[in-house]
Amino acid sequence: MATHPESGTTSMISLRGVSKTFDKTIHAVVDVDLEIAEGEVVVIVGPSGSGKSTVLRCINLLEVPTEGYVTVDGFELLDPKTDIDHVRAEVGMVFQQFNLFPHLTVIQNITLAQRKVRGRSRSEAVEVAMGQLTRVGIPEKADAYPRQLSGGQQQRVAIARSLAMDPKVMLFDEPTSALDPEMVKEVLDVMLELAAGGMTMVVVTHEMGFAKAAADRLVFIDEGVIVEIGLPEEVFSNPKHDRTRAFFDKILY
Amino acid sequence: MIGEVATKSSRHRAEGTARVRDEKPWWDTFPWWGVFIAGVLAWMAFQIRTQDDYALAWERIIPGLSLTLVATIEAFAIALLLGLTAGMGQLSRNIVVRNVARTYVEFIRGIPMLPLIFTVALILVPETSDYVNQRLDAWFGVTYKLSFQMRATVTLALIYGAYMAEIFRGGIQSIPPGQSEAGRSLGLTRRQTMRSVVLPQAMRAIIPPLGNDFIAILKDTSLLSVLGVLEITQRGRQFSASTFKFREGYFVVSFIYLCLTLGLSLLLGVLERRMTRDRKGER
Repeated sequence: MATHPESGTTSMISLRGVSKTFDKTIHAVVDVDLEIAEGEVVVIVGPSGSGKSTVLRCINLLEVPTEGYVTVDGFELLDPKTDIDHVRAEVGMVFQQFNLFPHLTVIQNITLAQRKVRGRSRSEAVEVAMGQLTRVGIPEKADAYPRQLSGGQQQRVAIARSLAMDPKVMLFDEPTSALDPEMVKEVLDVMLELAAGGMTMVVVTHEMGFAKAAADRLVFIDEGVIVEIGLPEEVFSNPKHDRTRAFFDKILY
Repeated sequence: MIGEVATKSSRHRAEGTARVRDEKPWWDTFPWWGVFIAGVLAWMAFQIRTQDDYALAWERIIPGLSLTLVATIEAFAIALLLGLTAGMGQLSRNIVVRNVARTYVEFIRGIPMLPLIFTVALILVPETSDYVNQRLDAWFGVTYKLSFQMRATVTLALIYGAYMAEIFRGGIQSIPPGQSEAGRSLGLTRRQTMRSVVLPQAMRAIIPPLGNDFIAILKDTSLLSVLGVLEITQRGRQFSASTFKFREGYFVVSFIYLCLTLGLSLLLGVLERRMTRDRKGER
């Protein structure tokens, strides 16, 4: 059962009784409760196919839960009166496959939503974009096309693209899993800096180093159920459940 | 042992392909067909220039060129609109829109072009125009009269709109869902995501088959002749029927169509090559 260290305070993200069933028979997520406070960094781990990405995608409604309630920044997402586009603008998402727009340059990738959603002028959007590109360390790539960048650079552009919207929450869906090993660090460094800066983050990853360094809480999911949740060191060193122990035995060395 | 054999055979295969690629002589890849066709066209042009009967046929037929081109461009433009609407309609979340679009596409594609042209031009338009004109007159004080050329052009557009709907649908569906997800998760609406993210990328997959459809429409404008529209084919028919010079008449008609279609395919080839070159190295 999910317990929140600061229960009673208002959460930035709140999942209550969230279930997701595909094709009426595949139970990807089962009755998940999770409260995430503002500024908190939560890392979700678990075997592949365990439903951890589905949980993450429920937070910006890329997956619509079959049951339960999702609240982000006070907005009840499944309420038909909620403008989901408005909420999504406040929730940045970084994908495993980067999903940069290949027909646009880096700067166009980062300014598109700023201008269309935030209504910023071109010059203002470019200024914000350059600021974010500098933050992720590749301002010189502003006029390059995504295909001309390495995987690590593309993922950093994707992070900059989300950050340019001034989101209140950042979601990361296995952001380093598609990267060559030597490029993992440059992306994790950006994420560590972001966590240190107080961003509310939910991160699905296999990078236990990142979890140890940045996570306030670690969530272990298996077969769509939250099996264990707690401080990273505790879950790593002293897992309470056999399934958790079995998982960490296999991946930690 | 097995591994050894496998390695050996794969090495052989690698050497084999390398040898073929490296030693391919220039005459193996040279477009001989182009030389042949250019030769035939030059010979045809020579006939038309030097023989009086051919020259006469040319003089009588070539004025139909502008009608053929105008009908092609009009039909293509209307078909583009219909195709885009029906193609996106089939992907709509609205059940009514989706089914109307699907019905249009399946219905139209199942009827051959010639009967459909007759149906629209000789039955649908005459039987509805009285009623529609009454309404138009009552409401706006105007009436219309659709020429046979326009009726046939609209029919062509209806048919090619249905084909193009499939092209648009396929092009849109060829874009990975992650692209829409990225757009939507930035807060873009469905419409904005379609316009700024999906459609520009889909155009790459859509333009070549659309070009082919343009050429096909150009050829199918010859069907306008069944309604007496004086485009190239109809003029060829009239010339041949009145002079009994069938060989000269249809020779010239074919020559004009060939020049147009081959010229357009060449242009299209250049366009496609440019697009694939831009694409190299893309993920």
